[in-house]
Formats: sequence, structure tokens, C-alpha cells
Amino acid sequence: MTVRLSCRIATDAGDTSVNAVFQGIGASVRRKEDLRFISGRGNYTDDINRPNQSHAIIKRSDRPHARIVSIDTNAAKAAPGVVAIYTHVDLEADALGGVPCGWQIHSKDGSPMAEPMHPILASGKVRHVGDPVAVVIAETKQQAKDAAELVAIEYDDLTGVSSVRDAIAPGASQIHAEAPGNVCFDWHIGDKELVDAAFARAHKVVKLDLLNSRLVPNAMETRAAIGEYDSMSGDYTLYTTSQNPHVIRLLMGAFVLHLPEHRLRVVAPDVGGGFGSKIYHYAEEAIVTWSAGKLKRPVKWTCDRSEAFVSDAHGRDHDSVAEMAIDQKGNFLALKVSTLANMGAYLSTFAPAVPTYLSATLLAGVYKTPAIYAEVKAVFTNTVPVDAYRGAGRPESTFLLERLLDVISQETGIDRVTLRLQNFIPVDAFPYQTPVALQYDSGDYQTTLTSALKAADWEGFEGRLASAKAKGKLRGIGISTYVEACGIAPSKLVGALGARAGLFEVAQIRVHPTGSVTVFTGTHSHGQGHETTFAQLVADQLGIPFNNVDIVHGDTNKIPFGMGTYGSRSLAVGGTAMVKAMDKIIAKGKKIAAHLMEASVEDIEFANGNFTVTGTDKVKTIGEIALTAYVPHNYPIEEIEPGLEETAFYDPANFTFPGGCHICEVEIDADTGVVSVINFTAVDDVGRVINPMIVEGQIQGGVAQGIGQALLEHAVYDDEAQLVSGSFMDYTMPRADDLPNISVGTETTLCTHNALGVKGCGEVGAIGSPPAVINAVVDALRDYGVRHINMPATPLKIWGLINAGKLPMAAE
Amino acid sequence: MYDFAYEKPTAIAAALATLKSHADSKALAGGQTFIPVLKQRLNKPSVVVDLAKLGLAGINVTPNAVVIGAMTTHGAVGGSAEVNKAIPALAHLASMIGDWQVRHRGTIGGSLANNDPSACYPAAVLALGATITTDRRTILADDYFQGMFTTALEEGELVTSISFPIPERAAYMKFRNPASRYAMVGVFVAKLPAGVRVAITGASQGGVFRHAQMERALSANFAASAIADVTTPADGLNSDIHASAEYRAHLIGVMAKRAVEAA
Repeated sequence: MTVRLSCRIATDAGDTSVNAVFQGIGASVRRKEDLRFISGRGNYTDDINRPNQSHAIIKRSDRPHARIVSIDTNAAKAAPGVVAIYTHVDLEADALGGVPCGWQIHSKDGSPMAEPMHPILASGKVRHVGDPVAVVIAETKQQAKDAAELVAIEYDDLTGVSSVRDAIAPGASQIHAEAPGNVCFDWHIGDKELVDAAFARAHKVVKLDLLNSRLVPNAMETRAAIGEYDSMSGDYTLYTTSQNPHVIRLLMGAFVLHLPEHRLRVVAPDVGGGFGSKIYHYAEEAIVTWSAGKLKRPVKWTCDRSEAFVSDAHGRDHDSVAEMAIDQKGNFLALKVSTLANMGAYLSTFAPAVPTYLSATLLAGVYKTPAIYAEVKAVFTNTVPVDAYRGAGRPESTFLLERLLDVISQETGIDRVTLRLQNFIPVDAFPYQTPVALQYDSGDYQTTLTSALKAADWEGFEGRLASAKAKGKLRGIGISTYVEACGIAPSKLVGALGARAGLFEVAQIRVHPTGSVTVFTGTHSHGQGHETTFAQLVADQLGIPFNNVDIVHGDTNKIPFGMGTYGSRSLAVGGTAMVKAMDKIIAKGKKIAAHLMEASVEDIEFANGNFTVTGTDKVKTIGEIALTAYVPHNYPIEEIEPGLEETAFYDPANFTFPGGCHICEVEIDADTGVVSVINFTAVDDVGRVINPMIVEGQIQGGVAQGIGQALLEHAVYDDEAQLVSGSFMDYTMPRADDLPNISVGTETTLCTHNALGVKGCGEVGAIGSPPAVINAVVDALRDYGVRHINMPATPLKIWGLINAGKLPMAAE
Repeated sequence: MYDFAYEKPTAIAAALATLKSHADSKALAGGQTFIPVLKQRLNKPSVVVDLAKLGLAGINVTPNAVVIGAMTTHGAVGGSAEVNKAIPALAHLASMIGDWQVRHRGTIGGSLANNDPSACYPAAVLALGATITTDRRTILADDYFQGMFTTALEEGELVTSISFPIPERAAYMKFRNPASRYAMVGVFVAKLPAGVRVAITGASQGGVFRHAQMERALSANFAASAIADVTTPADGLNSDIHASAEYRAHLIGVMAKRAVEAA
């Protein structure tokens, strides 16, 4: 059954005038955490300084690929203020492990992926610019920098390779002995025979080659880590910029440093953005923690921005060929996709999952394509490791599908909206089993499409096109309809697919004696506004004031456990865990209320913070019940324990499936090739909305990143595998004036398998938007015979396309 | 950055003496290029001489010229009512350099001493035929710019002011590098009593240069149509991930026409 709710988010959603009355589910409560963020009073990792702290600088490779002949640290060790210098030799003496990979893929032939050692400090070879080689620890950061310049590394250069096609070519430079031909795995999904049969009888096959461009995440806060060791207790503490402190504790403790959980505390305080790049366990975290133990003093490392470009996991970088078989009417018969996925030099924590189970499984998209076959070859290159970045695999499959759809429309003459509508999974087909493993529980793609067309005034485009022409501008409109899978994820399912972890979430709810509440969540907020959204959720469900609820996250010594925040999972999985914990609170409260009001538990009802006895005017507030639980003078002590605190672990039954429609309208200055985004309309189905203002902000942020990928951002390596766009001088981050007003609306179908009906909103903006932008750009270039543009659609590229044939330069 | 000594003299003579007496000494104007260079450890000066207290900031408009002190910030030039009235193109150029932070620290003297091939000011100085005054002499714009990051300044010579003749008409059009927002191609067009001068920044491997063919065409007829058929050879122009030499050559034409229209 599909439940439908509709909401246009007002642009003045920040107005709090009504919030004094209502701050529960559905209210645009202002983010309570923002006061400290915007007034400079946040507590980020680099704000933390520990007594007797030393400072680490990582000496990194400036070579893409080289044998290390020697590392001479003598001069550096003699430099002023130097405390210690460590290389792989020191790590090996302590038998430290490498950076582990959290997901194992098996190839078509059943063999496990090539999983070469990912050393904490390079041993024998360096494999990308930025590969850590040595750590220099000194009294001050300045002294550590001075000494690092004196570390003399002799290299024997090897040929570097940056593109996947070059890396798998015969005779290519070999990066790991364990990965012949630089192939990590060669995986597939779907029914090849069925697809081949459909292709054989197809009216037409439309083929498109496309690249999904490589991106540098560039969170506002660069990574940082402080390791600390207490020689009395033997306890280690790591302060780190992480989206998931418990995962870091598990990965670093169990696989790298061999420390049991009770000896290791991981704190992720305020974190300034992650976008996936702060999910992973990084070498620097292990370095500072281990060195703190060696030196018996804290060791701090803060990443420079330039260093971040060559040490934070990058995103995307897929090279795909897509083919759709269609019948005479444009109905999709079968889809075949072949992707080369760049893994970079080593496997980052979740890298193998991104092009496979997070991307190829979404190739049905919002369409009822009956047969799909996809193969993914993951390839090592001499580049920074690539891993999940906002959307993680779903933007890649969405870009592929939605570009392919427009090319089919172009080549068949079938209107692009009609083509989408006729191939949509119909609203009565849910739950819908796709040919590529996923089962969508709910959705209504027709409604999000219709609503977006109306909001964007699709019908009025011809008039706007004429006005643009009159002032000498090219104008185009583009559409993208998408579904994604998030709220990750059912542990049993992902375990079967290769995950080496469960993906449940944990909530602990502590009702204090006078009725205020502290919520301990295993998710982590690094910009998402959890302290507000979760407080609204708990206040609403327990019927207490919003200001009486505090959210605690980011400390393994405070939170029972947690898998963290990524994959738009915090509300769908973490929020549902809170609901389950609250259910336990209410169940216990009913027993206490029944005792106090001398009624049977079955007759107690709970609503709006009050326990009542059915059919009477007897009432006890949750505050009274809490006080009774902590002052149990008159209490059913033989039946239940004192106190009012409950913990719940929640493992979801399925992924959640947000979807929607994005429409972009652009103008192009034909003289210069500059694209201006004039309008952007997003209508998304993210399930039930707790805070419309925060949802709007999340979607706008995602769209900004999507527009960034479509038009601006690009991590460019040259053929020798040097990073060309290694700073903001060459890497085009979107700025406010690059972006249009982004109009956001929601059309809601509820998730059917979690208590709140929520789906997740963190990634939809970045998933739906890139193809809408590129489709608009291609539409604007309709008179120039343009079929496809790889991202980013820079002025240079567009000018080349406009002038193709007129000038002796190749357009990409 | 590396450690260095820091001095903030109050007289030009003292600044010059300090610069002369220390090898690897450096003058600090607004620091918008120099400080990032220091932070990246690309320069290791012995002494940094801050020019902020030398009294070199200020704007003086006469009937024939706008004279700007070397330590005047881009923000001050861009926001000056007098400059906006006398040479609006110059004020506009200054108001579009970098961002707010850069404009409120960066100075015209610092920009000209550095002569970054993507900087905006060199285009105005060259197109308007400005005169650069230093602690010891005056230098004509045509003699001043000598290739990227290279000028006629001698070791330890300080720019003190720049005098811009007031043109009949002028405009600056900049095509920004999408990432850095420096000029990828910037064209300053000025109609002066002696003829039209056109200076291009951002495009050439040799830094700012005059476009003789456009100057001839525009001196004959100051209209965008006059340069419609003027093409710029791509030889010697910069080529990078943002723009090929051919694209830059094309943009020079587009920006020049727009500048003429705006002038």
C-alpha cells in the first residue's frame, strides 16, 4: 500500500514564529547546533589540544610510482625539537597490520578480489602522489615541518598510470604483485542470457560511452587526529574527524594496532563535513595512536588543504559503456552495462562496494526494464584511493541511465518525458523486484515527475527559449528521474554481498529523574543537524518539550555502539533505533503508571507525554513516572527494576528507496561556452519528513554538489599520474554565485518497513542532479548535433562542441 | 612558513636600507600572493620589510590623472567615488579582483611589483599608458612589464605611486579562471587622445601585452565591429586544463569586443 503525503517547502521555512507552539515531527525547527558553529564555538578536532602534545607531519611521496631505494632520517632526527621519526621499519617491528578493507567482492569466476597490503607507511614502493612514507614528530608543527624536509628518500621511478584504460592495457606498469594486469576484481550481476536474447530481438539498441568524473570531496574541515596514551591504565584515546567512531575503533583496534575495544576510545567531536570521505579508516589515525603509545605523550596531526587533495579518498571515476535494447514503441527490453571502476592505488574501506552493490544494483532505476546485466572491472591505478562520496555508486548509475534515456529520446524521436513515463515502474507494482537484486518497497515516480514538471513550468519552456534567443543566448531544459537505495542496510543481506560488518544502528535513551532526556546515538552528525532532528523526534514521541532533549554522539566511551553516518542512514536506521528504545521506555512507563494508578497495564494508554487509564480521568505525566522510577518508594520493585533508560539495536529489514525528479534549466553564452544554471527544481520523495527546513538544506547541499560535478569540479591526473588539479587554484569548487536558487519540494510515499516511514535525504540531491544539468546543457546545444558531454561541462568543452568542425581542436 | 625577521619601518629610506643590507630580504605589501607563497614554504626570506607604515596609501585625482599610492588597497580604489568618476573602468577592475578579503589587503603596488601574468592591474596600467613612480625614478608602462613575474624594477626598488592618464573612454572585461577566479583572459581597452590602447592579461606566456592589430583598428573606428575580423594567433598563449591556447585566443576577441561596447 502506498501512503501519499505532499509538501511544498516554503522558502521562509526558517521562520520560527510558529515553532514556539509546535516543535515536533514536521516542524521547521531552527538547528540548535548552529549557534556554536556560526559563532566559532564549535569543538573540532583541531581545536583540541592535550597536555604535553607533540606534532606529527607526514612525509609523503611526490612520485606517482617508485621503488624506495633508501630512507635517510639521520639529518632530520638531529633537527631541533624532533621527538621521533618513524618509517615502515618501526611499524613492522611492532607487527602492525595494514589499512583493512571492509568489503570483499568475488569475481565472475568465484575468486576473491585481489586485496594487496595497504601499508600504514609505504614499504618497498610508493604507489601514488601523497602515499605516506614517514612520520616526523616534533615539539611544534613548525619543527616537524622543518625536519620533514630533511628526510631524504631515494626513489627509483617506475611508470605511473592514472586512467583505468591505460592500467588494464597490455604491458601497463604493474602496481601490485597480487593484482596481475592491475585488476582488483571482475564482477558481474544479472542475467546475461536473458539480456543477450532481448538484444537479439530488439528493434533498436542505443549505446552510450560515458565517464563519471573523479572528484575530491573537500569537506570544509580537513582531517585531523590526536592520539593519546595513558600509561597508568594502558588506555588509548583517538580524537579524529570521523563519521563513525565505533567503526574506526573496530578497524584500527582489531586489524591495525591489535588493541581490544576496552583499551581504545575513539572520539569524533564536531566534524565539519564528511560527504563519505570521513567514513574510512586512514593511516594517520593509526600513526598518531600508535606513536602516542611509543612516546607516552599525545601526538597531533592536522591535514593541510593541499595534503587533503592527495590523501582523502576521492570519489566516482567510472568509465562505462551502456546499451539499452528497445522495442518499436520505445519500451525498454534489456540493459547491458560494462564499467571500469578506478580503485586508486589501494583499496579504501568500502571501495569495492561502490561500483558493485551500491551502483550496479541501481541500474533498474525507476524503470521496469525486465532484464539487466552489468559487469564491473575494478582497476588499480597510481592515484589516491577512490571510495564512497555523497551518493556512492547511485550518482554513477543515475547519470548513466538518465543520459542514456535522453540519447534514446534523441535517436527515436520519442519525447523524453513520455519515454520516462511509459517505462516507469507503475505505482501499483510495489513492492517491486528489480532484475538486479533490490526490492523497492514504495514509490510513486509519476507523482514526483508531475509535481516537478509543474513546479518548473516545463510547459512554459518554449516561451523562455524564445526570450533567450532574442537576447542571443542558448537555452536548454533537462530532466532526471531517479531512485536510490539508502538507509543502509540489512546486515544479513550485506553480509551475503561481501560486507565485513553489520549495518544496524544503536540508540540509548536515558530519561532523567525529572523527565528531561539524553539520547545516545551511534550515528554521527557532521553537518546534518541531528541534534535538532533527533531531538524533535524524541520530543514528539515522548510528548516532552524539544529543549528537554539532548543528543549525544561521537564518543565510543559514551555511546553503546554504532555504525555511524553515511548512506543516508541516520534517521532511517538510527532514528528507528530511537523509536524502538522509546517503545521500551513507554512499555516500562506503563507498568509504573499501572502500579501508581492501580490499574491493569492493558488499560494504560500513552499519548502526548501522559499515561492515562482508559475510560477514566486518571493521568500521570512522563515526568512523574520518571521521578517514580528513580525514587522508587511506591514502586513495583519485584516486577521491574528502578530507573528509566533503554537501549535498542535496530537492524533494518530492507534498504530505503528515496526517489524523485530533478529539472534544470540553463543558458549558454555561445561566444564563450559559459553555462549559467537559471533554475533548478527538485521534487523528492524522502519518506516522512521530520524537519522540512533541514530536508530542504540537505537537498540543496546535495544539488550544489551535483551542479559542482556537472559543471565545475574535476580531479585531473596527467598521464604520468601527477594530480594536476591539486589545489583550489585549479580544482573548481562551486561558489554561491555559481548556483541558482534551488527550489525543493517533496512528494511522500512512506517507507513500509520502518516505524517512522522515513527514507533518507542526505544524498538525493547529489544523485538526481548531475544528469538533469547535463541533459539541460545537451538540450541547449540541440542545434549543434551534440549527443553527450562528459562532466564537467566546462566553458572550454562547450566552446569546443559549438565550434567542432570549424576549428582544428578536438572536443571531448 | 620558515622563520624570518620582521620589520615595519616608517620611512622609505629606512625600508630601502633594510632591504639593501640583508641578502634574501623581501618587501611585504598586501601579502595576497607573498603570504601564501611563504605558507607553502616556496620562499625563505631573511627579513620581511612591511611597507604598511610608509605613508604610501592614498588616491589623488587631478584634472588629467588619477594618482594612486602603491599601498592603496583594491578595495579603496574600487570604492573610491573619485576614481569611479574619473576612470570608472579602473575602479571596476579593482572592485572585481579576488574576493572581499583579498581586496581589503591586496595593493596596487604589490600587484605591479609581482606582475603575475593573470593579475588584472597590469592590463589597466599598460592600456592607460600609466607612469610608475618608484623611490628613485619614473617608469613608463611600456617599459615596465618585461615578461611574467618580471618588471623593470631593480633589486630593492620600491614602487611608490602610479599615475593613470584619464582616458576618453575605457573598459575592462575579464573572463575568470573558473577555479582561481584570476583573469584567464582580461582585456582593457582605453581611448586616449593619442589613440586607442588595448592590453591583454592572463592569456600570454609572456604576461600582459598590447594588441597592436586591435589598437590600429579601434583607433580608426572605436566600435566592436571594427575588431570583428581581428583574430589573435594562439602561438605563445597559455594552455592548461581550463583553456587551450586556441580558446584563449578566441576569448581575447570576445572580451575585447565586449570591452569596446562597455567603454
